[in-house]
Amino acid sequence: MADGETRPGEAAHDARAEGSGAAQVEIRNLEFFYGATRALKGITLDMPARQVTALIGPSGCGKSTLLRVLNRMYDLYPGQRATGEVLLDGINILDAAIDLNELRSRVGMVFQKPTPFPMSIYDNIAFGVKLHERLSRSQMDERVEWSLTRAALWEEVKDRLSSSSMGLSGGQQQRLCIARTIAVRPEVILLDEPTSALDPISTLRIEELIDELKRDFTIAIVTHNMQQAARCADQVALFYLGELVEIGSATQMFTAPRERRTQDYITGRFG
Amino acid sequence: MPETAEHIVKSFEQELNRLRSLITEMGGMVESEVALATQAVLEHDDDAAAGVVEADPKVDALEQQVQQFVIRLLALRQPMAQDLRLIVACLRITGDLERIGDYAANVAKRSLVLGQFNLGIALTGLANMGRLVQRNLKAVIDAIGDSDADAAVEVWRSDEEVDGIYNALFRELITYMMEDPRNITPCTHLLFIAKNLERIGDHATNIAETLYYAVKGEPLTGTRPKGDTSAYAVVRPPES
Repeated sequence: MADGETRPGEAAHDARAEGSGAAQVEIRNLEFFYGATRALKGITLDMPARQVTALIGPSGCGKSTLLRVLNRMYDLYPGQRATGEVLLDGINILDAAIDLNELRSRVGMVFQKPTPFPMSIYDNIAFGVKLHERLSRSQMDERVEWSLTRAALWEEVKDRLSSSSMGLSGGQQQRLCIARTIAVRPEVILLDEPTSALDPISTLRIEELIDELKRDFTIAIVTHNMQQAARCADQVALFYLGELVEIGSATQMFTAPRERRTQDYITGRFG
Repeated sequence: MPETAEHIVKSFEQELNRLRSLITEMGGMVESEVALATQAVLEHDDDAAAGVVEADPKVDALEQQVQQFVIRLLALRQPMAQDLRLIVACLRITGDLERIGDYAANVAKRSLVLGQFNLGIALTGLANMGRLVQRNLKAVIDAIGDSDADAAVEVWRSDEEVDGIYNALFRELITYMMEDPRNITPCTHLLFIAKNLERIGDHATNIAETLYYAVKGEPLTGTRPKGDTSAYAVVRPPES
């Protein structure tokens, strides 16, 4: 969609959407602990607004932990804590005074397996929006259509919005989850291996969608698929044993990484 | 993390080794083509010339084999980083080697014509040029085997010497032609032979650049000393 073109539902957007847009994330000396275990060690990295940052590394390297810090999901579990700073447009979200509900509406998350709610397609989208905003029926209709259109699902489901989401294919369910995430107009979207449970065509649809979404959102994606990181990401960060080994542009990281560990990991020499 | 960085997928490791050995094999064949072609010219050795002409289709066939193998590797392995650079480098190098083989074959064919003339000219310059080009070619092919970026830089720099000899030869041969029109045919062939050797030197430097990038991950920067000034050379007959 060309810039300046009216997007579906655009007119219905509230003042909150005005001037917010994608946020920049700055992580400063972040440490994360599962009890006594230090899972992230002195992480410092920037995620520029409207760019896709891919987090890669072997299982247990801390990349999913980092995603869980970015929306403070770890707060749901006792014994987990983070130190350092995570600045979302300059505000430290690790601050105890941060309103977590508001934070999670600004930082949306999509998981590895599609997690649609056992309700209609329409309600899947409307559910989250109702928690944060009061919209009229027509405004909500517009928001649902806008979200589903942005998630490249509208054409496939517009005639069965009241059907159960459980009848959708895996790829459609994942796009529904992305629609649900963007419906609350977040600034940052976290994708935790969003295509690992999908077939190749659905995967390509999601990748195409990521490319489209980065115009409006800051995106962090955890993926085990190197080619996917190479295709989708502007910058790529390699984690190993809780450390940030190297961060660079996708082109540099995949053609000429600086660090031996990056080279060995992406070429399949250890894992 | 293990110090010896071998691929977890052993068959990929084997395929990369196979690719390297195909390139080395092709390099060896091309080296011997150039040696035989030079010998054919300097020693009027028609058997050597025939050997080159016979060997060239085998080099062409190897190029095809490398190309197909590279396409297969790209499709099946989706290589990254140094693997990607190595595989793409091999694709480029195989093209340079094939072209070197063509030049050698052309030198060999011209040597057969030269043999029909009784030319009273010492071919010292050409012999030197042949020796230098062969030295550089051997050095760069060995560098491929050893992934030796420093050796590649050495080859890249020393091509200037080849160019210098070529410039001198260019003038020398034109002078012979002016002295006696009967020299024109053999000297023209010698001129082409010298040009072919000079081009072989250039392809050796191409290989050096490609190898450097494959090993280091960054292009070989700086201006390569280029010495072929024959494009601007004016040689006039003495005023009578």
